[in-house]
Amino acid sequence: MSDNGVLMPRRREAHPDAYYPDYKTSVTRAPSLPLLSMEATPSEETGPRFGHGLIGALDNDLIRNYATGEGLAIGERIRVHGRVLDETGRAVPETLVEIWQANAGGRYRHVKDSYFAPLDPNFGGCGRTLTDAEGRFEFMTIRPGAYPWPNRANDWRPMHIHFSIFGHAFGQRLISQMYFEGDPLIERCPIAATIRDRSQLDRLVAPLDMQNSRGMDYLAYRFDIVLRGRRQTMFENKPEGM
Amino acid sequence: MVQLLNQLVETPSQTAGPYVHIGCIPTFAGIEGVYPEDLGLSPISDGARGEIITVTGSIYDGTGWAMRDAMFESWQADAAGRYPGQEGADPAVSGFCRFATDKDSGEFTLRTVKPGVVHECSGREMAPHISLWIVARGINIGLHTRIYFEDEDNASDPLLARIEQRHRVQTLIATKIGDAAYRFDVRLQGEGETVFLDI
Repeated sequence: MSDNGVLMPRRREAHPDAYYPDYKTSVTRAPSLPLLSMEATPSEETGPRFGHGLIGALDNDLIRNYATGEGLAIGERIRVHGRVLDETGRAVPETLVEIWQANAGGRYRHVKDSYFAPLDPNFGGCGRTLTDAEGRFEFMTIRPGAYPWPNRANDWRPMHIHFSIFGHAFGQRLISQMYFEGDPLIERCPIAATIRDRSQLDRLVAPLDMQNSRGMDYLAYRFDIVLRGRRQTMFENKPEGM
Repeated sequence: MVQLLNQLVETPSQTAGPYVHIGCIPTFAGIEGVYPEDLGLSPISDGARGEIITVTGSIYDGTGWAMRDAMFESWQADAAGRYPGQEGADPAVSGFCRFATDKDSGEFTLRTVKPGVVHECSGREMAPHISLWIVARGINIGLHTRIYFEDEDNASDPLLARIEQRHRVQTLIATKIGDAAYRFDVRLQGEGETVFLDI
């Protein structure tokens, strides 16, 4: 059944509220009634698992995984690395981490992005990897540019990389965004501002990690991710009734 | 003073944004060749035991507009109520699917096997259901809900029993629209608002 016990309740105050009018799209897309709370069941404590057979050799290298011929993606070469842990501090091994992002000019390779910054013919913008036995992951990519978006008249997203993490339970499923240390647009972004707790927002801001940068090659940023934890007590997960 | 609990806090969620497909369903975004195929194309492969069904629907915002940029993930048990990895689970059921609403029509279709009854840890039976997770631009934290089926016995399902306003139970029950075909619409806000779960 579940490999690690009952999921701890999600701390909703650590997350954005659904309704945040400065982020205009949320106004019509936020449920107006309260969520129905329930204790997690096997439907939430199990979840899809993905094996190494899924992952291609270049899947976590966005500089090269869309490149044609000799060309490489244009932009600041960076390494993004970190660990996936749960709330009890345990590593989450062998879990799928997916990322997507704009190119160095802030343009997405998506049929619906019409921003006039050009596409980079050697940059796709998606990557994925599995964490190792200690929960570590890493990506090579280029630093995405900031871009304007139709919210208020002069809103610009800070540089960011979207992250999708599975964990081992469907109830741990999480999508978030990583920002970059020192970006002045973070303070001005209504999406970042949906997070009420400043210390929680800070946890989405990846620090520059010179120790793991490589001279004449790339800068590194460190981004650690925490998923919901699982409670383990003497009295749970007993077989009676199963 | 007391001892510190030393508990970490979950990373806060952020919206998946309008371009979620780039990372999760690249071919939908027009990106070919990075991965051999999109992840979670189908929750079943050939030979899955049980009744093969399709669930079609739309997701409506608070104005009644069918959203064109939502992404769904579904997770379910096999026809015998076993999740992948559990003993005796059907190897042809991965249980996981990713799908998007169509750019033009705003409709989605999920083709899968109808799941069986799953038991809670306490032993209580849950009526057949598919867990659903929804992300999109404007949704700050992914929404969990469930699809039940109108031609199943939902009367004693523990989750449905928790819904105080009984007329809201209907928002979680797919309507049978044909042979092995169901309709399940999601309403984010307003009249007929779907029940979303805090799990």
